[in-house]
This record gives sequence, structure tokens and C-alpha cells, in this order.
Amino acid sequence: MTTLAASRATGAPKVSLRSVTKSFGTNTVLRDLSLDVATGEVVSLIGASGSGKTTLLRCVNLLEQIDDGVVLLDGDEISAIGLDPNPVRRRVGIVFQSFNLFPHMSVARNITLALTKVLGLENDAATQRATELLTRFGLADKAGAFPDQLSGGQQQRVAIIRALAMQPEVLLLDEITSALDPELVGEVLDVVRELKGSGITLLIATHEMAFAREISDRVCFLHAGSVAEIGSPSQVFGAPRDERTQQFLRRVRSN
Amino acid sequence: MALGLHRRSGHQPRLTTRQEHERQQRRRSSFIAAASTFVVLVAVAVFIPRMPRWDRVKKSFFDVNQMRDSFPRLIDAFWLDVKIFVWTTPAIFIAALLIALARNSRSPALFPVRMLAAAYTDVMRGVPVILWIYLVGFGVPGLGLERPFNSPLLWGSVALGMTYSGYVAEVFRAGIDSVHESQRAAARSLGLSSAQTMRHVVLPQAIRRVVPPLLNDMVSLQKDVALVSLIGPIEILRQAGIDKAKFANFTPFVVAALIFLSVTIPLTRLTDYLWHRERRRTSGTRVAA
Repeated sequence: MTTLAASRATGAPKVSLRSVTKSFGTNTVLRDLSLDVATGEVVSLIGASGSGKTTLLRCVNLLEQIDDGVVLLDGDEISAIGLDPNPVRRRVGIVFQSFNLFPHMSVARNITLALTKVLGLENDAATQRATELLTRFGLADKAGAFPDQLSGGQQQRVAIIRALAMQPEVLLLDEITSALDPELVGEVLDVVRELKGSGITLLIATHEMAFAREISDRVCFLHAGSVAEIGSPSQVFGAPRDERTQQFLRRVRSN
Repeated sequence: MALGLHRRSGHQPRLTTRQEHERQQRRRSSFIAAASTFVVLVAVAVFIPRMPRWDRVKKSFFDVNQMRDSFPRLIDAFWLDVKIFVWTTPAIFIAALLIALARNSRSPALFPVRMLAAAYTDVMRGVPVILWIYLVGFGVPGLGLERPFNSPLLWGSVALGMTYSGYVAEVFRAGIDSVHESQRAAARSLGLSSAQTMRHVVLPQAIRRVVPPLLNDMVSLQKDVALVSLIGPIEILRQAGIDKAKFANFTPFVVAALIFLSVTIPLTRLTDYLWHRERRRTSGTRVAA
């Protein structure tokens, strides 16, 4: 909560969506959606499949272009037409549900590719940064392995490291445990727990309700492309005000 | 019976009823395959010599002395086929890759490039190779170019390269399309440009997947090199024609065929092996029956 207060004092939110609308053909996925995320804040997005969680994240690092509204990063509009997305993407990392590691490259190369090609680091410096991160997250012995030699949990940890190595200000996590066997979920969530409080802003789309409750500063319930309810984890999970949130949580808990 | 049972349990791991059944099935299959091969070979060996004109065919197609005589000349001439193959192949791969990249460009400003690339592959693949060789091989030197730029060998090779780059470009394009969009998303999300994504992430995966079809096209090219002979250069097919006319015997053609096979069969086997490996890698567990 201290980070939250501090960032509010400095003014502009880290990430801000204002009246964002996004459609795929006739299917409107985000509907007049507004959301502010402060620097260093951890916000979880929960909601049914199709409620717009993934699309929201992809709009923040410009993998999707919005139809209407604005997306701001540190108060600067990043959704402007014709804006070069690459500088934004350097500051906003994303981890995907299906890992998306590059299968033809070793773990180390997966991590160093963008360090050398985008940030212009020397090979040695890039390798050193990769090794430090791999060591920190218990994967030092996997540097030379290829993605298909790793378990799903290990692959997803590498994917997180690959995004972290770019030292982004914001990290988007898109249902990063949904493709994992239940016993592998813990090791991936541990990595995220370690990131909290490091100053990085986390925006997490997730189906892991217990995890969302534990790690979030705020929880945001999306319904049909809009924010139906947003508040502290204890409020949203403990005393949801919106009827749709109540229904959703009942359905999730009955499983 | 008792002895057999004893031996089995003594020296080998005991087989279950099903494993025993499968072993018998396998033995039965190999026996049938061997027997049917034997029958076919015997039939060929017995019946072909009994055809009424076999003696004449044997003399004009399988004359051993003629083989010995023609072989060195044909091998010499085959060297030219190899040379044409060796200098057209890299040119084809480079041109084809550029065409495929042009067709895969996404910028609206490059629409004309995409259209030209599509038209090129359509036109090149839509006309028989031999027609391109005639048109380019006779047409371009007919412009009155100076030596060495009026050589039919040069323009015949160019015609081969033009047509084959059309085919190979389509193979590359299929490979590029087969790389999942999520790979592009991952690369772009790290800040790589679209060109860097193509170069470091998409192309290496695409090319690996299309190695077997590329080898397939190389086997075809290896044979189609002989078509260049139709506009003049004395390569193996032409040399075999000369020998045939001189000795009034078709044996040189058979020798030429054997020389081609000695190159194309290993290449084809290698292609098959790579297909097989790629299939095993990507298509999951085989169903039992």
C-alpha cells in the first residue's frame, strides 16, 4: 500500500485506459473500458472467458490497436495513430498463456536475443544478465537446454525471465498458469510473488482466485468488456458489491 | 514342445499372449512380402526373355560393349549437368527467398511488390519449363548480345532458375505461413522490429520445416537440367543422343538414365528420411491400427 500512495503522489498513473473500445468484426470485446494502474501496483483482472482480460493486456503493449479511447503510459498517449510501438514494447513486457518461447533457440538465447538486438547489449553483457536471472529463479542449469526439453512450469519461468530481462516498467501476465499441470502452477506463481514490491507494475489476467486475492493491491472484475467492479482483494472477494461479481464468484467457488 | 517351452522361459523374457501374437503377425508379414517379391522377380526373369523381339531389344538397349564405350563420354558430359545444377541452385534459393518475403510483406505501401511477386510465381509455374528454356534460351541471345552474353548455356540456366525460383518461392511461403502467429507476437512484444522478427524468429523455423520439400525440388531440378540440351549445350542427354545416332544403338540412353539415378536416388532417399523424421517430430503418436 505504501507504493500505491507514493505513486499517487507523483501524479500520472503508470498505465491508464480511458474509454477504450475494441472490436473484432462485430464482436465488441472491450466496451468503454477505463482503468488506472499506479506505479508499482499489482492489479489482477478476473472474469469469465471472453470478458476481455487478454485483449485488455494486448492493447497495453500494442499487440492490438484500439478502436476508440486512449491508452496512456506515464501520461503519454501510446495508442496514437502511427506511433512506433517498439519503444513502448521495450517498457511493457508480456508473458503469454502458451509461453511462446522460440523453439529453435536455447534458453539463454531466448533471453539474450532481444537484449542484443533491441537494447544493443554486447553478447557478454546480455549473457551475464540472462545467467543472473536464471540463477535467481533456479534455472541456471537450463541455460543451454532447448524449450522442448523443459517442463511447462520451467518454460513459463523462462518466458517470465525473458520478459524481465528487458527490465520493463510494466509486466503483463496473461493467464500464465492456465496451460500448466496443477502441480507446476506453484513454481510459476512463486516467481510472480518475488516480483511484487520490486517496483515493477504488474497487470495480471488470471483464473487463480486464491493467488489474485493474495498478491493483488486491487482486483478488477471484468464483465462483457467493461470494469464491473474494482477494489481491494478483501472487498471484491469478501464483500462483492456488484451482482455479476457475486454470480461469477459463486460459479468459480462451486467448482 | 516341452523343450521349446523350457528354452523360452530360460533364455528370453517371457512374452505375453499378445506379444506372442504380434510376433507371429510380424513373421507372417515378412514371409508374405518375401514370397511375393520372389514370384514377381521370377516372372520378370522368365517371361521377358520369351517375348518375341527380346533379342533385338537386348541388343539395342542393353549392349554391354556399347555401355563400356559410351560411359566415359557420358560421364564427361554429365559434368556439365552438375555444373549447371551447382550454379543455378544458390541463385534459385536466394531469388525464391526474396520472392517469398515480398509476398509475405504486410505493409500497405508494398502492395505492388506483393502483387508482382504473386504474378511472378503464377507465370513461372504456369508454363512448362521447356517452353521457358526455348523462349529465354533462343530469345535473349537473339537480341544480338556480344559474347559471352549470347551463350545458350547461360540463358538456358537463367530460364531454369526463373521457373524453379517460382516453385521454391511457394515452398518458402508455405513454411513462413506455417510459423504460428504467437511466435511473432512474442518477438514483437520484446520490441523486435518486423524485419528482426522475420530474420531471427520466423525464417529459421520456417526453413527447417521446408527442408524436405526443398530437397524434392532439387531432385526435380537435377533432372530438368537435361532440358537445357534442347537449345544446344552438349550435356549428358545430348551426348547420349549423339552416341545413339552414331552407333544406331539406344544403350547410351540407358547408361544416361543409370547415371541420373546414381545421383537422384540417394537424394530422394535422404528427402524421404527427412520427411519421416519431421513427421515423427510434429504429428504425434501413431495409432495402433
